[in-house]
Amino acid sequence: MHPDMQIWGNIGGEEMSSAGIPHFDLVIAGVGGQGTILASDIIGKAAVMEGLPVMAAETHGMAQRGGSVVNHLRIGCEFGSLIPLKSADALMALEPSEALRHLEYLSDDSIVIVNTEPVLPVTVTSGISSYPDIEEIIDYLEQRFNVKAFNAVQLAKKAGHVQAMNTVMIGAISKFLPISENVLKECVKASVPKRTVDINIKAFELGSLQC
Amino acid sequence: MSTREFMLGNVAIARGIIEGGGQVIAGYPGTPSSEIIDTLAAMEKRDFYVEWSVNEKVAFEVAAGAAIAGARSVVTMKHVGLNVASDPLMTLSYTGVKGAMIIISADDPSCHSSQNEQDTRKYAQFALMPCFDPSTPQEAKDMVPDAFRLSNKFQTAVIFRPTTRISHGKSDVELGKVSYDKPQIKFEKIPERWIMMPKNARVRHPYVLKIFEDIRKELETSLWNELEIREGSKIAVISSGVASVYAKEAMGILGLDASFLKICTYPVPENKVISTLKHADTVLVIEELEPVVEDDVRIMAQKQGLGTKILGKSEGLVPRHGELNVDICMEAISKAFGLDTVPPVIPKVDLELPTRPPVLCPGCSHRAAFYVMKKVFGKDGIYPSDIGCYTLGVQSGAVDTTLCMGASITVSSGIYHAGEEHPICCTIGDSTFFHTGMNGLLNAVYNKADITVAIMDNRITAMTGHQPNPGMGGTAVGESTVAVSISDICRALGAEFVEETDPYDLTSTEDVFRRARDHKGTSVVIAKQPCVIDLRRSGAIKSSFSVDEEKCTGCKACVKFGCPATEFDTELKRARINNMCTGCGVCIQICKFGAILEVKR
Repeated sequence: MHPDMQIWGNIGGEEMSSAGIPHFDLVIAGVGGQGTILASDIIGKAAVMEGLPVMAAETHGMAQRGGSVVNHLRIGCEFGSLIPLKSADALMALEPSEALRHLEYLSDDSIVIVNTEPVLPVTVTSGISSYPDIEEIIDYLEQRFNVKAFNAVQLAKKAGHVQAMNTVMIGAISKFLPISENVLKECVKASVPKRTVDINIKAFELGSLQC
Repeated sequence: MSTREFMLGNVAIARGIIEGGGQVIAGYPGTPSSEIIDTLAAMEKRDFYVEWSVNEKVAFEVAAGAAIAGARSVVTMKHVGLNVASDPLMTLSYTGVKGAMIIISADDPSCHSSQNEQDTRKYAQFALMPCFDPSTPQEAKDMVPDAFRLSNKFQTAVIFRPTTRISHGKSDVELGKVSYDKPQIKFEKIPERWIMMPKNARVRHPYVLKIFEDIRKELETSLWNELEIREGSKIAVISSGVASVYAKEAMGILGLDASFLKICTYPVPENKVISTLKHADTVLVIEELEPVVEDDVRIMAQKQGLGTKILGKSEGLVPRHGELNVDICMEAISKAFGLDTVPPVIPKVDLELPTRPPVLCPGCSHRAAFYVMKKVFGKDGIYPSDIGCYTLGVQSGAVDTTLCMGASITVSSGIYHAGEEHPICCTIGDSTFFHTGMNGLLNAVYNKADITVAIMDNRITAMTGHQPNPGMGGTAVGESTVAVSISDICRALGAEFVEETDPYDLTSTEDVFRRARDHKGTSVVIAKQPCVIDLRRSGAIKSSFSVDEEKCTGCKACVKFGCPATEFDTELKRARINNMCTGCGVCIQICKFGAILEVKR
């Protein structure tokens, strides 16, 4: 049963997706330039290889210039790409403060995978606003959700390149997705530049160990 | 090999053009439409012609010409582009086409990347053209060949309206067969069709009105509209385009037992609407933006003398602005049918979050040009601007107006002629200058507007995803062509003061802007420096900078410049340069204390 049925009052309707098709709604949040689109692309492709229907919504255009970016990815979905409020199964946040911008989409027992390395917005670097304490962000999330927090940038560096951070995150979320790890890895290999395949596979594995 | 692929909606539309045997495709970039032509132009083997045109009117007419000659053509643009192309649109309605033509105008409800959120379906009504309004990327792809068929059958252009969630949505798309049969191209001289002088136009208008009725009849049985009647239920939901999938999901969550009519073609299928009305006491219409379906449903009910209660935007149940989603649909459905449901409670995040607006990239030359402009024209200077990356100069305090493509120069002229006494310096990008800026400059020179026009020439159409333009010496498909000189154009348009400058060189740029400001009449400064994203991609960035903590006084002059690569360390009270630095060297010139040093990579 869809979690929203309880919130909206169950009037006895249909199941959300066809029988036997796993349903997984994922919110991917980050900052323009961090590779959120590539991350949702890899997971989406893998889901299609598993024979699952997928719907995704992406942020393109103006917001990509260092602004807040959010993608919705709905595995097993035959409706629209936008996730209803309080119903996502997981949030994958590539940046800690960005995790807090989309909590309204998360169900009460949602999984939150969050990279603890911040990207400071210009409003902070120029001294107009301040950035919240990272520990406070994680505490806030942990009080409400099932949280896995770690520094994905450090792990990406360990794997060989900071830019593999998004792959670290995919590795971490892989434990929860209705997609086999091998299929995900194949999609990582097919989607990243050839010379970075080994780095990305290592990044995936380091991420996967976090969960 | 599977024929199911995870595809961006715009890539799916491009695939639909190939499956439908498109022959000539033209467009002007605009979010969320740009990837359709990007995809077609990037293909290695093509049996069609594709171009980036200089503006939407031009692109529209190229596609119209091709379709008049018998080709299957497509023109792509964003919704506001259709305003630019509305002149040929309204008369192509009369001439019609011989081959087939699809006008793709991508709407952007919620203004994700736009200056307004107009509804292209209104243009379809206005121009008496059929319109396709897909609800998923799959449907968007599959509709394209059908749109070609309909266009050819009725010899009229067809409007195709994806929205942001279709164009920039992704889903698993089942591919279809590619059509290789292409109609023969032969321009036929049919004066009463192709020459729209009054005598012919007066004949064509009633003919088009008649054809529009025939199209309505044809679309009554279109597979893109689906009616599910629930015999036991006296309520119904009618929904269109992408809103129909939100409505369907909302009905599932609420367990609503209601008839459902999904509409994805216009004119609205009258028989299906009437069947729905006859089966229900109350009907809720859910659609994004304008009440196009809703108004039609009310007219149809009145014509049939049906007393069904029709609910929608006029009752305030469905918003007329912004994009819809499942939650908005659930709320509208609950209110319309008196369901006793409680919307989810969203706890407020009590941690204060810094805003994260989009900004000019680290090392973007526009920031340097704005910095100098502000210095020369002062805080009382007036800075009309235009549509492009440089609209983000609003954070540098150097953007005072943004109306539409090309309006920077013309709005400046109006402000000047109104009698404003402060100096006026407007900004416009290279692609926007070619788009509609040229006419504005010609008008400014001709009518003696004493303004300065800064052309921010970053050698690309950057904001929409790096499409080529006439200044660059390359076409959409990468063939080399003449690189049109912006300064030569400006001189040919009559401007007497035209100078190029490198905005990374603050001193010489300041000198050029000062002389431009003091010049009596229309002056043009071309701030020329390639987009920093291109520089980074080409590997041309060789050095970066760092701050000497001993020399830095913590004055924040460099931080106030606003480059994301420059930070202020609040503990050390010193500036710091992070790894986003592209080595443009502008901050070195801003620092009075020689505290910023070059680091070789």
